[in-house]
Amino acid sequence: MNPGVRAWLDRAWRGLLLGTMTLFVVNVALMIAAVATSSFARRWLGTWFPEGWTTNWYTAAWKEFQLDSVLWVTVEVVFAVVLLALVIGVPAAYTLARRNFLGKRALMLLFLLPVMVAPITCGIPLATVLYKAQLAGTIYGVMLANLIPAAPFVILVMTPFIEQIDPNLESAARVFGANTARMFWHVLVPLLAPGILAASLLVLVRTIALFELTFLTAGPDSQTLVVALYYAVFAAGVRAPQSVDAMAMIYMIVTLVWLLIALRFVNPTQLVSRVKEQPLTA
Amino acid sequence: MTQAHALARAPFDRTLLLVVPAAAFMLLLFIYPFLYGLGLSFEPKEGGALGNYSHFFTTDNLWPTIWTTLRLALPATLINVGLALPIAYKMRIKTRYQRWITTILVVPITLGTVLIAEGALTYFGPKGWLSQTLQLSHIYDGPIRLTHNYWGVLISLVISGFPFAFLLILSYITGIDPVLARAAATLGADPAAQFRHIYLPLLAPGLAMCFCLAFVQAFSVFPSAVLLGSPAGPTRVISIAAYEAAFEQYDYSLASAIAMIMGFVQLLIVAAVLGLRNLFYRGPVVGGKG
Repeated sequence: MNPGVRAWLDRAWRGLLLGTMTLFVVNVALMIAAVATSSFARRWLGTWFPEGWTTNWYTAAWKEFQLDSVLWVTVEVVFAVVLLALVIGVPAAYTLARRNFLGKRALMLLFLLPVMVAPITCGIPLATVLYKAQLAGTIYGVMLANLIPAAPFVILVMTPFIEQIDPNLESAARVFGANTARMFWHVLVPLLAPGILAASLLVLVRTIALFELTFLTAGPDSQTLVVALYYAVFAAGVRAPQSVDAMAMIYMIVTLVWLLIALRFVNPTQLVSRVKEQPLTA
Repeated sequence: MTQAHALARAPFDRTLLLVVPAAAFMLLLFIYPFLYGLGLSFEPKEGGALGNYSHFFTTDNLWPTIWTTLRLALPATLINVGLALPIAYKMRIKTRYQRWITTILVVPITLGTVLIAEGALTYFGPKGWLSQTLQLSHIYDGPIRLTHNYWGVLISLVISGFPFAFLLILSYITGIDPVLARAAATLGADPAAQFRHIYLPLLAPGLAMCFCLAFVQAFSVFPSAVLLGSPAGPTRVISIAAYEAAFEQYDYSLASAIAMIMGFVQLLIVAAVLGLRNLFYRGPVVGGKG
């Protein structure tokens, strides 16, 4: 190929990629901006900008959707899920990282499955079982449902993290007579602190945004913010769109604050890719 | 001596007990409901054991939901993976922008589908900024309908799915040793040939995995199909049918059957993709000695 043509093609390709990227980001940004504008709008009907500005929709939304109780439920659910996921997940991750045993592969599959199965598919049988156990519609049912993706997620994030800690440190603790519990508490937990922090922040951000499982198991008193937002948009016809948008903004701010905190400690790609395949050396 | 023998002779390792709570939890809340649902799906309110399944495949507002869902999920997944691959490939070199771009792209994932639906209703709607801009600039003068139809749901699937595919592929690409591509360049391969012969084969497992995960997400589309689509017509996806059976008709047996059919269709696509992937190279993604 002629070098001039190739340079031109190269530049065109780069421009195309940059253009697609920009188009995507600009449209998403404008979409968020549209919600923000609408939430402060006095009246906004088919013009570029609203006729006037007001903050009344926020107080209206707060009262209308009983956001104080919804936010409290969200906080309770999210912190319970993070705590329980760590308590269940970290010890399991430790065993998976350190020991080889029969059925280890089957166990890994068991922890990978919830990631591979769509939430609605496993949510409907789960909701059925929870209704039978009279847990659905309560906050405990919502917590249990949210733990299904959260606990395996902690295991998958923590296993590679524990693998890279030198087992000699544990042996040394054992030599000095520490039992498993003391070794865990005085040696492993301090070393694992960054990993535990990363895992809990990732679980936290994902739990706030997890819609399907919460939606299928929540009752009127146990809605988290995202489910309450769904019902608000669903019944939007009877309410002013601005108050729904105000609620959407409140949800967005809650998520973004935690996301920004999380991003100080974790790599953005960790939010989607759980297990980094260990590099295999030939 | 086999591993099993070694395990049988060794004194019981109490560390193994640490995995028990997690395993018990998953068995109780993931496997048991699944099996329970499977059993329940064979106990319909009326008819024989297969009553629910024959009901599903003979009712006019049930069985077409499979096609409706596939018609949304497959194009959305193809767009997402197809766009994410070249952009992630471009971003594989660590620059100042890489972290910024990945950060910006994380936002749509964490905001979730509900907020995207609400935003899209405002922004892509007939009176939204997008259609005002298009009409002002006379790119397209007719009425612009991007909400409450197929396109609205497809757009929301791309907005929520593209960042996911991008971040996943990026983490796979950055795991490939650039030395391999440099070696190819030494042998005279141009960038296109490097991509075609070095990166693409090494990426095949990651791409297949990414396609499966993105597809499973798109296939279970629910909030945007209700809020942004037309849930009675062209975007009546299979999760809406399952939800209606469970929470509007209170027929948990039929709902479980629909959930099982849903899982089965996903499994078919995932198996097909992973089968295709096996046609490609398998091996290490880093250069080694010797």
